Amino acid sequence: MSKNSKLQLIVDGIVKNNPTFVLVLGMCPTLGTTTSAINGLGMGVATMVVLILSNITISAIARFIPDKVRIPSYIVVIASFVTIVQLLLQAYVPVLYDALGIFLPLIVVNCIILGRAEAFANKNSVGDSALDGVGIGLGFTLALTAIGLVREVLGSGSAFGWKFLAGDGMLAFVLAPGAFIVLAYLMVVFRKITKNA
Amino acid sequence: MEILLIFISAIFVNNVVLSQFLGVCPFLGVSKKVGTAAGMTAAVTFVMAIATLVTYLLQYYVLVPLHIEFLQTVSFILVIASLVQMVEIIIKKISPSLYQALGIFLPLITTNCVVLGVAIQVVTNEYDFGAGAHMLGLGHSILFAIATAIGYGLALILFAGIREQLELSNVPKAFKGVPIALLTAGIMALAFMGFSGLV
Repeated sequence: MSKNSKLQLIVDGIVKNNPTFVLVLGMCPTLGTTTSAINGLGMGVATMVVLILSNITISAIARFIPDKVRIPSYIVVIASFVTIVQLLLQAYVPVLYDALGIFLPLIVVNCIILGRAEAFANKNSVGDSALDGVGIGLGFTLALTAIGLVREVLGSGSAFGWKFLAGDGMLAFVLAPGAFIVLAYLMVVFRKITKNA
Repeated sequence: MEILLIFISAIFVNNVVLSQFLGVCPFLGVSKKVGTAAGMTAAVTFVMAIATLVTYLLQYYVLVPLHIEFLQTVSFILVIASLVQMVEIIIKKISPSLYQALGIFLPLITTNCVVLGVAIQVVTNEYDFGAGAHMLGLGHSILFAIATAIGYGLALILFAGIREQLELSNVPKAFKGVPIALLTAGIMALAFMGFSGLV
């Protein structure tokens, strides 16, 4: 592959195959962890790390795995990396570990990761799979950070923890309804910008 | 009394989709018809009750005594995936008519994070249902799983009913499909917020 198409792999993950706004995968962490920009960013990066590592590993071992047991094997690979990320966060960033809560172990069942293993990593080279992981991971991280930022600004009048409005803001945007509504409007904006609609 | 509180809390106050965001993918995916939504609910209830029973025993009789709690994520997902397969085979053998009704939904359940989410929650969180905060026992854990599944079903079936109407209405082009569904879910979540403080 030429240098151009390598770059294209990453850009595709952010725009054409954006996991949140176009493929609509991994909705649970997208809605559940984006109460602030920092939490969205943290979840995005944690998922990206697992995605890149599992893409690399699965593309390297895919041809040794019998076809019939491939899905369980992929799940074990993914679950192992999730456990590693979980333990590292618990040790070094306990604040984020507590904020992400149940959604950290649930990265295992995030359909983005198993989806990329099945659709890309098991039939492409290790290098390309890593780049695909970076692209899709960045797309996911940017989307989660954007949703988190909008909810934080509207809901608590701050951005990345920096408070610029006195008072509480519209609490509903930090709570459950705001997650659905903000994601819906951001999806429409994304469609308008990329002319997908 | 505690059992009643478990049900009210899991179905209305902490509704699994509309306030905890678990199982949103199938919530958006299979909720276009009331019939399919009901089928999915039945399958989820069934698998979740069994999965919670098995993972609860696994946690307290294998992982904790051997001090290997860090294997929780790996072992739980493996147990759930094989359980779904096993349930599928058994139902096919015993009751072909039930298999006809639930069949297509069963493989989908492995990636439904409600099952893994609740299995992890009941062994890590403390709950307070009137008798002070404590870990749930085996019986209450299974009841909690069933109540959560009923709450999931309630949200899914209500949502499917609204979406059947939505098909007939004139939605702006950019909002077609997922965005309008998300907006609808947002308004439903606002309505369910009215239940908070009930327990």
